[in-house]
Amino acid sequence: MSSDRIRVVVTGLGATTPLGGDVASSWSALLAGRSGVATLTEDWIDSVPVRFAARAAVEPGEVLPRPEVRRLDRAEQFALIAAREAWADAGSPKVASDRLGVVVGSGIGGITTILEAYDNFREKGWKRLSPYIVPMLMPNGSAGWIGIELGATAGVHATVSACATGAESIGYAIQMIRSGRADVVVAGGTEAAIHPLNVASFAAMRAMSTRNDEPERASRPWDRTRDGFVLGEGAGIIVLESEEHARARGARVYGVAAGVGYSADAHHIAQPDPTGAGISSATRHVLEDSGLTGADIKHVNAHATSTPAGDVVEAIAIQEIIGDHPLVTATKSMTGHLLGGAGGIESIFTIKALYDRLVPATVNLEDLDDGVEVDIVRGEPRALPGGQIAAINNSFGFGGHNVAVAFASI
Amino acid sequence: MALTEQEILAGLGKIVNEITGIPAAEVTPEKNFVDDLDIDSLSMVEIAVAAQDEFGVEIPDDQLKHLKTVKDVINFIQN
Repeated sequence: MSSDRIRVVVTGLGATTPLGGDVASSWSALLAGRSGVATLTEDWIDSVPVRFAARAAVEPGEVLPRPEVRRLDRAEQFALIAAREAWADAGSPKVASDRLGVVVGSGIGGITTILEAYDNFREKGWKRLSPYIVPMLMPNGSAGWIGIELGATAGVHATVSACATGAESIGYAIQMIRSGRADVVVAGGTEAAIHPLNVASFAAMRAMSTRNDEPERASRPWDRTRDGFVLGEGAGIIVLESEEHARARGARVYGVAAGVGYSADAHHIAQPDPTGAGISSATRHVLEDSGLTGADIKHVNAHATSTPAGDVVEAIAIQEIIGDHPLVTATKSMTGHLLGGAGGIESIFTIKALYDRLVPATVNLEDLDDGVEVDIVRGEPRALPGGQIAAINNSFGFGGHNVAVAFASI
Repeated sequence: MALTEQEILAGLGKIVNEITGIPAAEVTPEKNFVDDLDIDSLSMVEIAVAAQDEFGVEIPDDQLKHLKTVKDVINFIQN
């Protein structure tokens, strides 16, 4: 790592997840091994083959004022709640408007808004449509709203890379600060896609678990009997800051956002490359970018979605490029899969693991699949060693996107 | 039966509160939507749509831009 490069640190965390309405409650639920997955009671549930999901633990309408609820798609509601928590957690930094940026994306955007507005349009005509439908459905809407609220004029961006979105946003933010475009960037991902069309469409891909009689046990990364991912919703957003800026204002620093590695499979639109070449490549790149070695990496928050195709390939790539020493966990076993929000909340969990030196266990892993030889945390959380350590959050997405973000202790 | 000014004002106050969060009590006849209540043009469209549903009166787009104060809307609905 070149010594003259701007170092980026993490100074604020915010989340609303299936485990809790903020970071503290989500993190303590993870450590307790609690699942956020439950049977759905919506009236459409009999029309789809999957009858459970990981709903946000706190309804955004209970937190936000009514005018905001009217004007924001559910994904934007989650994003604003998480961004406000992260900003307050960072101590509401005083920063010049043109030195403040936002990078917040969503995998799907305001799909519930689109579908409900279309029904409304067909029933009542265009004059009954809300003038806020366009900003509600556009995938960059969350970034735009957060940018307005914070007065961020250095640049407001929204990466879209399916389930790698949240991690890619954080990677983009790291590079935005390193390039000198901004001193502070609010970054992460959000998703609100528990809608019958999405459930039906993912089910049509045979990508989702159908363990309807035991929803809490449905998300089971690396287990031999895993049968697909579990849909979740929520947002995870962090405040990234140049170390110089953070130190100058005496900010509490959670850790270093050490680097990002990207690659693309160029293999199949929705299936992972069975050789794991793309994952290995992203892992090599994140080590190069962060100046870390495999030996420095003591923990990996794996992408591991509980699909038959992806989990084992990722474990093999971790073992090959990093080694078999890191403590590996899959928090999706408890949160479900937040799609574009996953990289946001899982980066937060990775940072919290480094900060608290504690890795949450993967739940529901009863019968380890063949070929998985990495050290997966099971049963109880396990402690990370003292001293200078680092960790990686992996996020991969349909389209063949592979993103690995590295964080290091201070 | 025609609604009284007070009835329309009460209905408008509820709508403005629902859409913008401004307390209904602040929605008084002399208030200008843009200058006094800080309501933008998109929110005015929302208010107009809600007012049409509430009072059963069509507000054409070319009329909407002339409705600058709360009193203007009350007059429009009454007439």
